[in-house]
Amino acid sequence: MGALTSFLRRPGPRAGVVLPSAADSKVKHRPRIKSGVTLVLFAGLFATPAHAATGEAVNPWVALAYLVSGVFFILALRGLSSPATSRTGNRFGMIGMLIAVVTTLVTHFPMRTETTGPDAMNVVIDGATTLEILAAIAIGAIIGITIARRIAMTAMPELVAAFHSLVGLAAVLVGWAAYLNPGAFGLLVDGEIGAVSKVEMGLGIAIGAITFSGSVIAFAKLSGRMSGSPILLPARHVINLGTLAAIIVLTALFAMAGPSDTMPLIVALTVLAFLIGFLLIIPIGGADMPVVVSMLNSYSGWAAAAMGFTLGNTAMIITGALVGSSGAILSYIMCRAMNRSFISVIAGGFGADDSGAGGGEAKEQRPYKQGSAADAAFMLEQAEKVIIIPGYGMAVAQAQHALREMADMLEEKGVEVKYAIHPVAGRMPGHMNVLLAEAQVPYENVFELEDINSEFAQADVAFIIGANDVVNPAAKTDKSSPIYGMPVFDVDKAKQVFFIKRSMGGVGYAGVDNDVFYMDQTVMLLSDAKKMVEEIVKALD
Amino acid sequence: MDFISILSIFVLACFVGYYVVWSVTPALHTPLMAVTNAVSSVIIVGALIAAAAADVPGAKWLGLLGIVLASVNIFGGFAVTARMLAMYKKKEKK
Repeated sequence: MGALTSFLRRPGPRAGVVLPSAADSKVKHRPRIKSGVTLVLFAGLFATPAHAATGEAVNPWVALAYLVSGVFFILALRGLSSPATSRTGNRFGMIGMLIAVVTTLVTHFPMRTETTGPDAMNVVIDGATTLEILAAIAIGAIIGITIARRIAMTAMPELVAAFHSLVGLAAVLVGWAAYLNPGAFGLLVDGEIGAVSKVEMGLGIAIGAITFSGSVIAFAKLSGRMSGSPILLPARHVINLGTLAAIIVLTALFAMAGPSDTMPLIVALTVLAFLIGFLLIIPIGGADMPVVVSMLNSYSGWAAAAMGFTLGNTAMIITGALVGSSGAILSYIMCRAMNRSFISVIAGGFGADDSGAGGGEAKEQRPYKQGSAADAAFMLEQAEKVIIIPGYGMAVAQAQHALREMADMLEEKGVEVKYAIHPVAGRMPGHMNVLLAEAQVPYENVFELEDINSEFAQADVAFIIGANDVVNPAAKTDKSSPIYGMPVFDVDKAKQVFFIKRSMGGVGYAGVDNDVFYMDQTVMLLSDAKKMVEEIVKALD
Repeated sequence: MDFISILSIFVLACFVGYYVVWSVTPALHTPLMAVTNAVSSVIIVGALIAAAAADVPGAKWLGLLGIVLASVNIFGGFAVTARMLAMYKKKEKK
């Protein structure tokens, strides 16, 4: 037991010492550099290394290590309940991962050196060497850390989508590896793969493949490599449901098929799953991307859980369940914030169906007031309370730093400045919060929709920058509007509204006109968001 | 482990996940996605097993490729989460 506790404790202080960014590389490498010693040590400790993570003869210590790793992942998410504890949480996550990886290495690599021991029968001829494994990890680490350091905060949604696709593809690869070499995973029952294992494997591959191709499309749409507008195939619902049904039938057939007949079934299963992931995401428009990203997050978790079932690995099952529910809850929050059902988001086509009605109707040009940066600066200075509503346009224009500068100057002049963030602002949950954090806006000044909406009545100025649909009163009044029922900010209650927008031509992602433009107290500031805010800053000087 | 014990762990973990995730502050939803992404790459365990014990040559390369992909995610995911969370820290001092 002493050895175990020291094994568990070992990574702790080390992870605590190094800085977070450096920790990623160091924490994971160091124990492995020492692994020469460690491996020999543990090879003796673990009685049945070859079967450690497999279905039979689970070494209780190994199982315990994976359980501990799972618990660390729970703590990692728990830490995110407040910014103060979040960094510790992230470190717990790293420790959990380290335990899982080291445990696997320790239990699966010593057997290759035991050519004379009782495990000699299990010695593999073609398995990867420790060097190859470390090289593979190093390649991944270099790519991962480079991307993580360089990525702009505005590009977080597409980065997360890209990362999801990797988890999905990794799940497919692991599933296939387990299929091709079931013995290594301990899946053989009387010389063939057990039916339950085959169902788990089939589901894991299918969910992984859907995650992969879906995330690739989400990435392409989010990064502008592909048009964000929905692509609608005729009879898409029939095609999608048919493909899903075919996947389920194939999984069942795969589970029941004899050992010689499984290959075409699993190939067909994989191909169809890749296809359905693609088909599911292409009809979904830009405004629904927060839901899609969360949903794919959820899928990547379920894929990991399915693989955890196949391997009987607690760390993977716990993680999969955590990530799966996390993504599902985020999807739910996003849907609720748009007053849309999950099914209607998945069915897709939002925005496309309305473009005909919205554009064709050609509402008469209504009068609006246009102002200059100097007007805005003057009014802002006079105000007692200003509420800023950032949206995706702020992210596109990279205006968050200029905005913070403006807020700082106003605060120096005694103006109270608050930020109001709608749950679906931006392209992923919490996107605006991260951008404001990047610009060093104190998070105490940043409020959620329901916490601040009652304050607009006392606000002198509502300052809308790059948001549109989330302030549209049509959501409250116009039953025919596609955004009807969506909770929105009551900016019409503010004494004065400034609305930064590139031009009057564009509409929000929902493709609907916004009455806020034409209100008496609204002044439109038609310009690039960053340029406009910088001009206001100059005028405030 | 038999199927029922695995299923029990899974179902209980779903409930744990449900309550833990609801307690996450909305301001940290983006870091939440980044970190869940990183931890879901625990699938690297499967890739390691595949690469280590490949009697079938193809399986080894699938495993190694899986290791690379999962590592990108692990290192990238934790690093980018750490980077984001560090931004929330600076403001605390202010």
